[in-house]
Amino acid sequence: MIVPFGHVLMLAGMLFLLGVFCTVTRRNLIMIILGVEVMLNAAAIAFVGAALHWQSLEGQAFVLFIMAIAATEVSVGLALIVYAYRRSGSFDPSSYNLFR
Amino acid sequence: MSLYAFIFYLTGGLIVASTAIAITRRHMVHAVIYLLFSFFGTAVLFYLLGAPLLAALWVIIYAGAIMVLFLFIVMMIRTDTTSEVMFPLSQWLPAAIFGAIYLAVGVAVVLMTPGTEVALPMVVGSPREFALYVFQNHWLSIEIVSLLLLVALVGAVSLGRGRGEEQTEDEA
Repeated sequence: MIVPFGHVLMLAGMLFLLGVFCTVTRRNLIMIILGVEVMLNAAAIAFVGAALHWQSLEGQAFVLFIMAIAATEVSVGLALIVYAYRRSGSFDPSSYNLFR
Repeated sequence: MSLYAFIFYLTGGLIVASTAIAITRRHMVHAVIYLLFSFFGTAVLFYLLGAPLLAALWVIIYAGAIMVLFLFIVMMIRTDTTSEVMFPLSQWLPAAIFGAIYLAVGVAVVLMTPGTEVALPMVVGSPREFALYVFQNHWLSIEIVSLLLLVALVGAVSLGRGRGEEQTEDEA
């Protein structure tokens, strides 16, 4: 017996809120992507807890896909950020005004 | 409280604390290192919740590859550009209040749902069972995900050798 499933969900929800906070309030593209990573982390914890709760490997299989999505998002996202940094010399999303 | 419950609460507290420290750092290298601790804690949690293969993969891929990629990017680019302008408190305070309301409602929903107060059993999904399950039921998704990773690789390479540098030289 470990802990109630509700406590796992609460931990995941708290982590998800921290990720949302980071994504919304920071004005630095790298920190914004870091916030998305924290949110994916929280979702993975919820899935693994649910897999244990319902005694099904479906949740664990989904975490595998979450991992792949996170790797894709980070590789393309960081390449885009480096590209944007070379063009504008800044990480602040509000300073990208090349179309103006 | 059993030993497993103690480990869960200890690890959960460490994860939340290190994530909270990470997202408030101004220096990005510090943020990435603190997040690394958070992901190691998550791997311990996975092991505790009966997913040993996922715990190993989480350390290798998430903490080992993704965070080191972040570290590379942060160190590759000048880190003295940390003059990040934070939003004033009055702007994000309403959002924080709504977030707190959401957290309270979420906790209430979790507590009121029947079945969530039952303690989780101690079951381990062995890597062999897990691999058999994934490749028997989700083989098509695995192929699609591998294709997605290939597309991401091509996209990252084509963005990396893009014309960004020439453009700034032209403008300079």
